[in-house]
Amino acid sequence: MPELVNLEVFRYSPEHTPEPRFQKFQVPYNKEWVVLDALNYIKDRTDGSLSFRWSCRMGICGSCGVLINGEPKLSCATFLPSKSSKPIRIEPLRHFPVIRDLIVHIGDFMTKLKKVKPWIIRTNESPLSEGEFLQTPDEMERYHQFSHCINCMLCYAACPIYGLDPLFAGPAAIALAQRYNNDSRDQGAARRMPILSSHDGIWACTFVGECTQVCPKHVDPAAAIQQYKLTAALHSLKSVIAPRGAA
Amino acid sequence: MDSPAHDVLILGGGGAGLRAAIAVAQSAPELRVAVLSKVYPMRSHTVSAEGGAAGVVAKDDSLDEHAYDTISGGDWLCDQDAVESFVRAAPQELTQLEHWGCPWSRDASGHIAVRAFGGMRKMRTWFAADKTGFHLLHTLFQTTLQYDSIHRYDEWFATRLLIDDGRVQGVVAIDASTGRIQAITAHAVILCTGGCGRVFPFTTNANIKNGDGMSLAWRAGAPLKDMEFVQYHPTGLPFTGILITEAARAEGGYLINKDGYRYLQDYDLGTPQLKPVLRSMELGPRDRLSQAFVHEQAKGRTIPSPHGDIVHLDLRHLGEDVINARLPFIRELCLKYQNLDPVTELIPVRPVVHYMMGGVHTNNEGATPLPGLYAAGEVACVSINGANRLGSNSLPELLVFGARAGLAAADYARSAHPPSDHVEAQAADEIRRLHTLLHRKGGRRIADIRVRMQSAMESGAGIFRDAKTLCDAANEIAELQSADVSLDDHSLTFNTEWIAALELSFMLDVAQAIVHSALSREESRGAHQRTDFPARDDSRYLAHTLIYHRHGDAPRVDYLPVTITRWPPGQRVYGR
Ligand SMILES: Cc1cc2nc3c(=O)[nH]c(=O)nc-3n(C[C@H](O)[C@H](O)[C@H](O)COP(=O)(O)OP(=O)(O)OC[C@H]3O[C@@H](n4cnc5c(N)ncnc54)[C@H](O)[C@@H]3O)c2cc1C
Ligand code: SF4
Ligand code: FES
Repeated sequence: MPELVNLEVFRYSPEHTPEPRFQKFQVPYNKEWVVLDALNYIKDRTDGSLSFRWSCRMGICGSCGVLINGEPKLSCATFLPSKSSKPIRIEPLRHFPVIRDLIVHIGDFMTKLKKVKPWIIRTNESPLSEGEFLQTPDEMERYHQFSHCINCMLCYAACPIYGLDPLFAGPAAIALAQRYNNDSRDQGAARRMPILSSHDGIWACTFVGECTQVCPKHVDPAAAIQQYKLTAALHSLKSVIAPRGAA
Repeated sequence: MDSPAHDVLILGGGGAGLRAAIAVAQSAPELRVAVLSKVYPMRSHTVSAEGGAAGVVAKDDSLDEHAYDTISGGDWLCDQDAVESFVRAAPQELTQLEHWGCPWSRDASGHIAVRAFGGMRKMRTWFAADKTGFHLLHTLFQTTLQYDSIHRYDEWFATRLLIDDGRVQGVVAIDASTGRIQAITAHAVILCTGGCGRVFPFTTNANIKNGDGMSLAWRAGAPLKDMEFVQYHPTGLPFTGILITEAARAEGGYLINKDGYRYLQDYDLGTPQLKPVLRSMELGPRDRLSQAFVHEQAKGRTIPSPHGDIVHLDLRHLGEDVINARLPFIRELCLKYQNLDPVTELIPVRPVVHYMMGGVHTNNEGATPLPGLYAAGEVACVSINGANRLGSNSLPELLVFGARAGLAAADYARSAHPPSDHVEAQAADEIRRLHTLLHRKGGRRIADIRVRMQSAMESGAGIFRDAKTLCDAANEIAELQSADVSLDDHSLTFNTEWIAALELSFMLDVAQAIVHSALSREESRGAHQRTDFPARDDSRYLAHTLIYHRHGDAPRVDYLPVTITRWPPGQRVYGR
């Protein structure tokens, strides 16, 4: 007998399973398998209705985030534990509305992402014929880490503030705003400021940094948030001493 | 019928689709452009590209050299006018991306840095460490967010092109989250749906790469071009097929067999040096390197593994600093997925299906022979890749031709007529077909058919093929095409099984096109190696294969001469 692994997978379908429940499955243990391989084994052979997102299977497209035993993880980058006495519990990411089974609705993030204006804003355009903007490796270092976000939403599932206050822009959106604010080619920080500081969420964020702990790409959104708070605090100080608009 | 929902509808939100969308939004802000994609755009497989994007910038480099490398790399099957205009446009497009914020790696003075790549005689590959595609895609996606004229259909799946009077007028698509099926009309449609690696069992391609757009165009009557040319990349991780980028060899990695011997020296690819030499040894073209692996295997000099024979890629001599600075993602992938550290250990690799040189036939502006239908990116065949694409040419290709297809489609849309009622009847037919499939029971499991298709393709149309293996594959594919699939899932809400069934039928079309194109080409060129016709035959086959769909019948094959401008067919010389 091959060794078997027990899974407990969250099931919900507005049409067929309107009462959410956990369903047990058994899959063979294979030391090369990640959790996603187990889900695909089930889908291919036992139950084609099990629904989950995935694409790249190499931890870069950001589709496959789920809770594995309560922890936000990429299912394609988490090996199946062997000889686990307890079943492995797989659930949709928390803090998001569930569409079906492990698939959650991320429209809220997509709206927020656009609001923080994650693109290069220039007050003066430079024609392409003048070539690239120079940017030294040190200058790049200032934003590079924040540019690695794969929008996997694990940090939102981990963030206690987002859980309580869905208006909070949230870790990844703030990290991406900061990615542009810190870019030597960008001149748009002032335009992003009102959007980011307009809501209390950012001030409610503590130093706990759950987002940073779960981030599979070492983006460190908590650092982005703290950095941003500092700029915003300085800015509001300045606006007290300088006439409006001059800051 | 009323005026269509969109002026330009783009299928696909990968690099090609997003570049096309920006081109339309910038050049014609009054046009209503939409991007429809079966995954959120930033999940598209462009995200996984690692190594880089070629464009001439260095002082010692020239456009002619980039053109020559591309043409000889493609074994003279590239259209040289297309290549010339491509190499001219590539540096501008890459600079444009820099202006949009792409974090290209830099030299100490802050200028763009370039690296070596396979088959390229100069250093001309721009890179963002080894996450080039990721940065390129996210930069493009974030840039599109500033254009309010770009409408998005995220997680919508296109199932059919709508055609009226020979003109493409939109698509039918399923909104995955609700299962709603809708006709989305448009003056012009641009296919940017990417490649089809999933037709094979072992591939670097994501689950979403099923050749959807190739099949959509084919069923609508457009020819597919050069479909027999499937690229095997020489270095994939066994089991997962995760790509170890060519950049690992460009930085100085060695390919060694079971005796620790750099075997490429036995295959007319040059003599081994300590440092990488351009267009030599490990920096030869991918077709030749993958073929060398098979010869090495035949000599018993590869290493058996549970997932097929392997050779080793050795990066240890590069040292931790170089690996961390230039190949951080490769280290992460090896650690996470293969449980080994390339700083101290050898990486097991084997050839893996990677890229489709063929695709929907287009001209240099991205137009297909069907009025109103355009194509760009991996789904298209212009052709600049010929019989073998050079690594790092495809990212600039999708930028250059994505932008051009966007401009051409916008132009066409301005003067197009509104669709007729005929289109409504077609949409109604398609909705019926999709609902019938949704309720199908009692047939074979999708995974069964998929696995059989994939193994038929691997054994019949792999790195080396002949008439017998191809005929066997053709028969198997034909049988699978007539098989009924059944679904476990009959619901409308995010039914991934329903979509997988449709993807499977797209893949079977693509498999059929590959096999029949390969059977027809009785020569060996680039990635198409016929053991029964081992030589290149310019007298008969200096021509593109055009294959046409025929309902219920074997496809029809035709040929179109290659455009030669300045480089008459010659010998491909590497390492000497
Ligand atoms: C692992 C890997 C590494 C690579 N590295 C490099 C490299 O270093 N340099 C280089 O030049 N090239 C590289 N390539 C090749 C290059 O990345 C691809 O050819 C290119 O990214 C394809 O881009 P695309 O825009 O054509 O398609 P994709 O990015 O694949 O996008 C396809 C889009 O079409 C959509 N779509 C498909 N079907 C449908 C449908 N039926 N309905 C709705 N939407 C649909 C998808 O949702 C997606 O948005 C690499 C490829 C791989 C796999
Ligand atoms: S910051 Fe990290 S955890 Fe959050 S979405 Fe980005 S990659 Fe995922
Ligand atoms: S499948 Fe792409 S990140 Fe997991």
